[in-house]
Amino acid sequence: MNETLKLTDANWSKAISRKEKGFTITLWLVAISVIILVMAAFLTLLVQSIPSIKANGFSFIYGRMWNPITGEFGALPFLAGTLLTSFLALLIATPFSIAVALFLGEYYKKGMMSQLLKNMIDLLAAIPSVIYGFWGLFVLIPIVRKLQIALDIPPYGVGIFSASVILSIMIMPYAISLSRQVIQMMPSDLKEAAYALGATRFEVIRKVIFPHVLSGLFAGILLALGRALGETMAVTMLVGNTNALPDSIFAPGNTMASVIANEFTEATGAVYSAALVEIGLLLFVVVAIINLVGKRIIKHLAYT
Amino acid sequence: MADPQIKWRKIKNDLFKGLVVFLSLLATLPLLLILFYILRQGFSSINWSFLTNLPKPVGESGGGISNAIVGTLIIVGTAAVMAIPLGVLAGIYLNEQRNSKVARYCDLAIDVLQGIPSIVIGIIIYEWVVRTMGGFSAFSGSAALALMMLPFIAKTTQETLKLVPNHLKEASLALGVPYYKTVLKVIVPAGLSGILSGAILGIARVIGETAPLLFTAFGNPFMSTELSKPMSSLPLVIFNYATSPYEDWHQLAWGASLILILIVLTLNMITKFIESRWKIQF
Amino acid sequence: MKIRNILMVASTLLLLVSCGNNSSQSETEQTPAPKANTLIGAGATFPYPLYSKMFDEYSKQEGVRVNYQSVGSGAGIKQLQNKIVDFGASDAPMSDEELKNSPAPIIHIPTALGAVVITYNLPDNPTLKFTPEVLSGVFLGEIKKWNDPKIAQLNPGVKLPATPISVIHRSDGSGTTFIFSDYLAKVSRGWETAVGRGKSLNWPTGLGAKGNEGVSGFIKQTPGSIGYVELAYAFQNKMPMATLQNQSGNFVAPTLTATSAAANTDDMPADLRVSITNTPAADGYPLCSFTYVLLYQKQAYNNRSPEQAKRVVDLIDWMLHDGQQFNEALEYGKLPERVEKKATDILKTVTYNNELLLK
Repeated sequence: MNETLKLTDANWSKAISRKEKGFTITLWLVAISVIILVMAAFLTLLVQSIPSIKANGFSFIYGRMWNPITGEFGALPFLAGTLLTSFLALLIATPFSIAVALFLGEYYKKGMMSQLLKNMIDLLAAIPSVIYGFWGLFVLIPIVRKLQIALDIPPYGVGIFSASVILSIMIMPYAISLSRQVIQMMPSDLKEAAYALGATRFEVIRKVIFPHVLSGLFAGILLALGRALGETMAVTMLVGNTNALPDSIFAPGNTMASVIANEFTEATGAVYSAALVEIGLLLFVVVAIINLVGKRIIKHLAYT
Repeated sequence: MADPQIKWRKIKNDLFKGLVVFLSLLATLPLLLILFYILRQGFSSINWSFLTNLPKPVGESGGGISNAIVGTLIIVGTAAVMAIPLGVLAGIYLNEQRNSKVARYCDLAIDVLQGIPSIVIGIIIYEWVVRTMGGFSAFSGSAALALMMLPFIAKTTQETLKLVPNHLKEASLALGVPYYKTVLKVIVPAGLSGILSGAILGIARVIGETAPLLFTAFGNPFMSTELSKPMSSLPLVIFNYATSPYEDWHQLAWGASLILILIVLTLNMITKFIESRWKIQF
Repeated sequence: MKIRNILMVASTLLLLVSCGNNSSQSETEQTPAPKANTLIGAGATFPYPLYSKMFDEYSKQEGVRVNYQSVGSGAGIKQLQNKIVDFGASDAPMSDEELKNSPAPIIHIPTALGAVVITYNLPDNPTLKFTPEVLSGVFLGEIKKWNDPKIAQLNPGVKLPATPISVIHRSDGSGTTFIFSDYLAKVSRGWETAVGRGKSLNWPTGLGAKGNEGVSGFIKQTPGSIGYVELAYAFQNKMPMATLQNQSGNFVAPTLTATSAAANTDDMPADLRVSITNTPAADGYPLCSFTYVLLYQKQAYNNRSPEQAKRVVDLIDWMLHDGQQFNEALEYGKLPERVEKKATDILKTVTYNNELLLK
């Protein structure tokens, strides 16, 4: 009789159940590791910020002085810069995003034009940030400079305005993609009822579609906002890197992501590095909240 | 029946459509401007020596970006090796165990991870990897990029597998195929095109990232293939050369930008090709 | 809950890893064995044109590849403190506090002399004259337009436009900033109280660009801008350079002779950390500085091999002697003989496990 293991039913199902267990455990481990990774990331940021939290307390958020020499760190200039550039970018991008979303989701749902436009918008999202910054430096800045000379203000070229313009181009694809989806997925019976009552297309869009998809549009804008808040390279090349509150749209300023990129590798002293990490922590938390709210809204939409 | 009211509504309707079309066309303008500009500026830089030479010291002409191209391939390749298996497995888990508590937390974690700004990822990897290894390294750069790819691949895998109809799974299980085999040999292959294009898109997204490499891979003027040492990469080179005052470095940066964009566009086209030709068929 | 506990434990472990890196006890850190023949340095953008030439030549002569990234003096110091690079580079000598915060003694080896020039973007590229008062006035934001009478008075015959002055400074931690602010603090009481000296300042006006490269690139493209950059950058980009009034009252241009004259001081401290701005020399340019390479005196840290330590010391020894031949062609001053000798003496004190490396 053979000493080797016979492939009996009992052996076979044991082998299978071992592989099953192995498989399910592996999957479970992977999921757990992802959770651990993210929690550890947050904790790392928190712990490394502690020297700064201790030294600066709440004045970190409203302090205007970022002074590595005296050790006084107030992050207000960067908070202001980030919020200004992001909201300005949203302001510029939203009309275009809604227009394209309507174009692709309502007017031209199929056809070559629509495919072409869709591909172009995808391409916009594919261009790396550093190339946007590079192009902005050599094409956008000279134009803004000419504008500033005409308006008789210092022709820096770089500043909040230029950074916002580039940012608006970069976040358009994100706002468009979600908006287009919700517009396209709008149930047709509501629209058809309105048409049956004699509404024009414009009126249907304004009075039927918009109210229905408003939360979806809002979620798309939120996601675009999340993207804008964290954008680093293009902004740091165009925003002017001035650690002060900007006093006008054309003034140079700085954003949270940009100051980290500028100063992280050289922050000597425990409080200085911790202050930069604290800015990173703030970014992490704010973007996480915005993204989660946006995703919540989307999930809500999926069930209505 | 030329009711003036109706006429006015029709005019508004046409005006609005015109506005929508106009704004949509305008929205494509930046893309065209950028692509043409890079094409025009970068084209003249591209020649054989550009692609095969190493950078030259300041002020000397004839430098190239060979080490940056190699560096990008190595760093992103390593990141893909780390992120794709993990991401796909996570996506499978999320789809299969969608009601478990762990899956919900995992979903949350992935959403948070996806949103983390790239510079913050750089900080995290600096603390975890660079400080531990005692030096800048290509590996830390790969780790940063992997962290950025992971949530994207997990999500696309999950979304793709969601589309696979349940009856495939039920039929397989009914035939006595063990669960793990059902997943690996029935469900995943059915969604393979989506998973694959998700992976390729994930690569395309991180290949242009600069911020996470600033204080991890650090850059290197020489050719290097060692993961434990600093390494050059295309986005880093573009950033350094673009912000310099030297004209010939600007030219190099345009050439490098063109190469980078070509790589990204090719990857995107491959994705579209996979999605259209290799549709899930049940 | 069990899962929650596991998660907390695991993420705390990952956290401890990064916390452990803070307490910089060199014995506990591991580095992979360095592959042959590469050195990693980081720091000042000030000497970058010179270093990139030097290291290129050195790799051809000795086969040792030096990977130097010009990330700014501040970053060079920090990465050396974190023991992540073989050597750092800075134009600003480390302060007493920075040295105290370092895990082990660091020595300064000067490698070249450089000058910080005031460059600007005006039609016709005139050579402007500046006194300390006017210069600090511009950078304090008190003098706002180019055709201000204070500037016009010093430069009769120069057509000064009515455009606002755009001040460009450094956005990163810079030794060049240190040299410039050190000078201004010496010559202007107003500057000293309002801003002070340092690598990163709270600038009263103007905007920031990264590195000497960024500042010069920016000024080149922004009409009406003014900033401070290392001589080589202005020279290579054919940008105008101002003549400054020195302590003796003479308006001196930033030439190599004027730079060497400024370095002709007798009192060099033993550790060579010195500031030579606002030189008393009659024909000296008032904005000069040495630029330093920084390394640990005791090279046996972090599992460094003795070969790696010898490589660093040999490189710096070469930079002090044979490497000096490249200085002047790139508009950097050679080290005066006295300084070269003192620097070599200090380099000779570098040890590996108590064994001297340079014989």
